[in-house]
Amino acid sequence: MSFFDKFPSMSRDELLDFKKNVDSGFSEFTGEYGEAIEAFFDPLLWFLVWFEKLLLSTPWPIILFIVGALAWAGSRSIKIVIGAILAFVAIGYFGMWVDTISTLAIVSVATLICIAIGIPMGILMARSKYAQALVTPLLDIMQTIPAFVYLIPVVMLLGIGKVPGLIAVCIYALPPIVRLTNLGIRLVSKEALEAADAFGASYRQRLFGVQIPLALPNIFAGINQTIMMALSMVVITSMIGVAGLGVPVLRSISNQYLALGLLNGLAIVALAIIFDRVTQEYGKRLQKHRYGDHS
Amino acid sequence: MSDIAISIKGLYKIFGKHPEKAVQYVKDGMSKADLLEKHNHVLGLKNINIDIPAHKISVIMGLSGSGKSTLIRHINRLIEPTKGSINAYGEDVLLMSKDELREFRRHKASMVFQKFGLHVHKTVAENVAYGLVIQGTSLDQAKSDSHKWLERVGLDGFEDYYPAQLSGGMQQRVGLARALATDADILLMDEAFSALDPLIKADMQDILLGLQKELNKTIVFITHDLDEALRIGDSIAILRDGEVIQQGDPQAIILKPEDDYIVDFIQDINRGRIIRIKSIMNKGNSVDGPSFHQNDVLEDVLPGVVASSNHIANVTNDNGDIIGSIELKEIANAIAKPAVENNTNTNYK
Repeated sequence: MSFFDKFPSMSRDELLDFKKNVDSGFSEFTGEYGEAIEAFFDPLLWFLVWFEKLLLSTPWPIILFIVGALAWAGSRSIKIVIGAILAFVAIGYFGMWVDTISTLAIVSVATLICIAIGIPMGILMARSKYAQALVTPLLDIMQTIPAFVYLIPVVMLLGIGKVPGLIAVCIYALPPIVRLTNLGIRLVSKEALEAADAFGASYRQRLFGVQIPLALPNIFAGINQTIMMALSMVVITSMIGVAGLGVPVLRSISNQYLALGLLNGLAIVALAIIFDRVTQEYGKRLQKHRYGDHS
Repeated sequence: MSDIAISIKGLYKIFGKHPEKAVQYVKDGMSKADLLEKHNHVLGLKNINIDIPAHKISVIMGLSGSGKSTLIRHINRLIEPTKGSINAYGEDVLLMSKDELREFRRHKASMVFQKFGLHVHKTVAENVAYGLVIQGTSLDQAKSDSHKWLERVGLDGFEDYYPAQLSGGMQQRVGLARALATDADILLMDEAFSALDPLIKADMQDILLGLQKELNKTIVFITHDLDEALRIGDSIAILRDGEVIQQGDPQAIILKPEDDYIVDFIQDINRGRIIRIKSIMNKGNSVDGPSFHQNDVLEDVLPGVVASSNHIANVTNDNGDIIGSIELKEIANAIAKPAVENNTNTNYK
């Protein structure tokens, strides 16, 4: 029986029509609202460009100093500070300074956006099980859908450039901070919350005085993950015209430049390790008081 | 004699999907076990009527599952009741709006928890200041205002420690100081000392009794430990399966247990060390023998009574006036354990 040999599917023409309709529908939407949406993101573009220029116009010794100072502020470890500065010196020496600064700029801005959106979203999820039921599958999609797939509509809508790149990074990097904020708040001990209630804490006093501070180590793990995921998107965003370390990597893939690819790839790794160590150490320091060590 | 601070009337709590419906079953006489089996609802509290006197320590006692922690959480409405009323200083707690309830919790009733409920991310000083901060005082002001309470519980010098750095007993002192710092008149203590080991527990009881002499708070104290109840309670209510089975003066509970459950409960206590002679004395004129204060316990007067020629002694009040007498055989009777009837009808187990 032929019915069982071949899966019953739409006919070729029907399928073609369906796809055409979706495509033309989206094209119309783009034509209608594209400019408005682009205008909506203009402040973001302006901020990103301004930030990148600021970093690039800052003399390199000052950047090195800032990197060292931030590493110290986060980790309080001289080893990590020296490692971070050495990594940046090597990056500059091998001629990757400008690309690295560009990458740093977009990753920083993407992380800030993810924090600004992700933490309130996580709080909302922790507060309502309906919000959690709604947002969880959305996060699953964002984390698993191949980046190229959502690049298509983003590029159709906004063209190529920094903003669509930033959006792509944010889509991929947002889920961990949302998830871990939600988790962190849900893990706050019942006793601590009951005490807050018994003393008459308002919703705000409960959230900002007890839930968020106690969830902070988890929230910080989320920020750490978000940064790592943002960095891993660098090469993909370079395909839609975002400057940074991804561009030479992409060039070396198409031209088989081993050394170029390796160097820029290692620079991304160096950034990732620095970010990771600094944020992790900071996260550890945040929860030091939980254990009985007399500090 | 004393004013009533909190009056609980006809309080029911049933856990489940349709508690209102289930209340009717319970009123019609359904037992806790039947309610669970037939309707899948858990009976938490059943027709609780307790008057809690102002400025006294009222102990609510029961074994685990008796509903005592549920009951204390109704007084500041951490748990919503199914039915009934709780009147505190002329206001029905159960009718308060959210804002009124918050004010009530901030200023009128504070709480001490079995597992301390401290905020591990805050220092000891910040924890003690918590209630004041919630009331709207700035943190610095609250810290200095609440500092005397840290001193009172003997934690001076530990301001900047974190709770995790302290022992259990010290953590509960922080919990006690935090509750006292809000100046609330009602102090709800939910098995506050149950998690502590015996020596520390006795220590904490002393601290509480010492503070109470001065502060005269209205304390509701939950415990499963009869010795503790007898030691600190001005009155005791005993709870079983969500019902009050006897309440009143601790002496009366020991001397006249109303129920086999209570007889069983008081089996192992040291009666000689708890029963006071005023509870068993005969009122009347002076007799030929030594004199003892009415609040002395049997154990302390026994040697004197035995040594006296007539085996009889006088009982005096605070002024030294003789208000009655006590005989050796009465002391012996009071010390003897009440018999447990091997009644097969006892249904509490």
